[in-house]
Amino acid sequence: MAKKEKINRVTMPEQDPDVRRRNFEEVPLGLTEEMAMTEAKRCLQCKIPSCVNGCPVSVPIPEFIKCISEGDFSGAINKLWERNALPAVCGRVCPQEEQCEGLCIVGKKDKPVAIGYLERFAADYERKNGVGDVPPVAEKTGKKVAVIGSGPSGLTVAGDLLLKGHDVTIFEAFHKTGGVLVYGIPEFRLPKEIVASEVATLEKMGAKIESNTVVGASVTIDELFEEGYDAAYIGVGAGLPRFMNLPGENLIGIYSANEYLTRTNLMKGYRFPEYDTPIAKGKNVVVLGAGNVAMDSARTAMRLGADSVKVVYRRSREEMPAREEELHHALDEKIEFVLLTNPTQFFGDENGRLTGMECLKMELGEPDASGRRRPVPIEGSEFRFDCDLVVVSVGSNANPLLTNATPDMALNRWGNIVADPVSGKTTKKGVWAGGDIVTGAATVILAMGAGRTAANSMHDYLTIGW
Amino acid sequence: MAKIVHREEMAQGTIIMNEIDAPRISRKAKPGQFVILQADETGERIPLTMADTNPDKGTITIIYMVVGKSTARFKELQVGEEYFALIGPLGAPTHIENFGKVVCVGGGTGIAVLHPITRALKQAGNEVTTILGARSYDLLIMEDKMRAVSDHFHICTDDGSHGHHGFVTDVLKDVLEKDNIDLAVAIGPIPMMKFCSLITKEKNVKTFVSLNPIMVDGTGMCGCCRVSVGGDTKFACVDGPEFDGHKVDFDELAKRLASYLDEERTSMEAFEKSNA
Repeated sequence: MAKKEKINRVTMPEQDPDVRRRNFEEVPLGLTEEMAMTEAKRCLQCKIPSCVNGCPVSVPIPEFIKCISEGDFSGAINKLWERNALPAVCGRVCPQEEQCEGLCIVGKKDKPVAIGYLERFAADYERKNGVGDVPPVAEKTGKKVAVIGSGPSGLTVAGDLLLKGHDVTIFEAFHKTGGVLVYGIPEFRLPKEIVASEVATLEKMGAKIESNTVVGASVTIDELFEEGYDAAYIGVGAGLPRFMNLPGENLIGIYSANEYLTRTNLMKGYRFPEYDTPIAKGKNVVVLGAGNVAMDSARTAMRLGADSVKVVYRRSREEMPAREEELHHALDEKIEFVLLTNPTQFFGDENGRLTGMECLKMELGEPDASGRRRPVPIEGSEFRFDCDLVVVSVGSNANPLLTNATPDMALNRWGNIVADPVSGKTTKKGVWAGGDIVTGAATVILAMGAGRTAANSMHDYLTIGW
Repeated sequence: MAKIVHREEMAQGTIIMNEIDAPRISRKAKPGQFVILQADETGERIPLTMADTNPDKGTITIIYMVVGKSTARFKELQVGEEYFALIGPLGAPTHIENFGKVVCVGGGTGIAVLHPITRALKQAGNEVTTILGARSYDLLIMEDKMRAVSDHFHICTDDGSHGHHGFVTDVLKDVLEKDNIDLAVAIGPIPMMKFCSLITKEKNVKTFVSLNPIMVDGTGMCGCCRVSVGGDTKFACVDGPEFDGHKVDFDELAKRLASYLDEERTSMEAFEKSNA
């Protein structure tokens, strides 16, 4: 083979930071056909591709990229669909740098192939130009499956089991499907139209949707079995926000990230009063925590018109758990990082509205159990500043609503469902679980990987036995 | 689904009753539990504690006061029309047992919430004293239904148009003086619940109140409805909506209920303008 001319990794066109920080439009604009085909040619088409090992759902990466390089975009989407029912979502929110792209051979000497951008391109191309093909569904098995929760893991299970010919009903507590993809991840990172389109594909494949149904309250899992379901998958997410238990935390203007994002995204508070659900528009906003959800909250606050948005985090820049790309996006949008700083209390006025907070300076000590250096308070370093909105984004615990209503299913000591990592089976016959309700808060793709694992095991159960 | 099968206006049209087709919820619901309703896709999620259920008919009943845009929009919905979303039953049911002598105090639309609880307490064998309050007699709701599940029955009106001229707390004090009450249930406006709880606390009578903070999801997912109870933060949607009235921080609750007063006004003005 002739020596290839070096092609530089494509740069994703983005909205200008000064413009985008005040609107809810998607930040990356997507690749053009030419850009995608050029980028696809950077792929070495490895015989034993390492990138696939980094993918929790084993997408056939070289194959779909080859299709793109040849301009066969519908071939590319069909390759993706073989392993991934939600490519438009994954192309946007997967941490590719830790997964496929992190293992890309090209990346050893150069920048890795932009696998995420290409996945997104193929999915977007299909949505805009496709003929509305859906993946082919196997002959009906006559088995009924209840998928509880319509987030990334539930949708994966639904997609996989539909492909295998089972009858799938998805139960969703909210009025809209998508779980965290709809209530949590903001419009500017994942347009809701894309999630709706992925769910519509599942419906075309035969999925039934029962929204406004809180399993555990509206109906129990045992009642679903009595109604004729043969198996159930629980993918309800973590869903119980942690607060910091600091004085003043119930002042008006202090939100959990879940509430702040749900009001803004699911209930469309950013379009108030066209939509009825209000969301406070802070001038001086503080976000506590430094994960992806914290970045989503900070960038949302900026778009809602804040003068200043500070991310307050008790460790240093190095330990911030958000994706590097999200941290960059936040900094580009003039969000300030206040590091090695921990809140101690909040102050309010006579109407119970937040006016300010007090923090303590920290320094890094010895590494703790997580391997990260433990932040230690510096005595006497308390300082105060004004703020009128605080978003607490320090993680979630397991929501007990469904598990309390299912007493014959084992939980760990934190209330997460115990599920076999190899099969996703819970201790209750006919019931599988995966995603954040099992692992605690993690990523979209890990939840999808758990869904894939469970779907395979459920298929065995439905066709062979427990 | 969620179709209105029966509708009544009460208290001079300020309070509306809807009986809604909801077979699944009506089968599961217990006294003290609530539902969340949304009139349209653009609407807000409004929690309302159920006033009644009819599992045979497959219906639930809600009773609400028209106070803002969302409830004004609800009021427009007529028999045969549907709510966009109806979710439930949510929250912990009331703990019902034979306590002995109980006093049930209700005010405003709190009477609607109190009704299934009072009926269940009566059916469990309690001797029930009911005290209902309203600003004036024409604003009082559910008098007959409440009388039917009570052994002793009192009405109070602020303007003296019927029954005792004054507040429910006057009669409550009286009842607690004259009788050994084992349990009190107080459901109504926050000041009413607060002062009833102060009175029962003096007599050391255990008291349940049912709280109505602002909610979003109603399943413990957002923490919007947090209330301070005995110094701990609780989520009313899953830990409640009923709590020990002696421990609730009513002042904090009242402030939090006023979180969005400006936005509520904006919403209501826009709604009235578009309807004009």
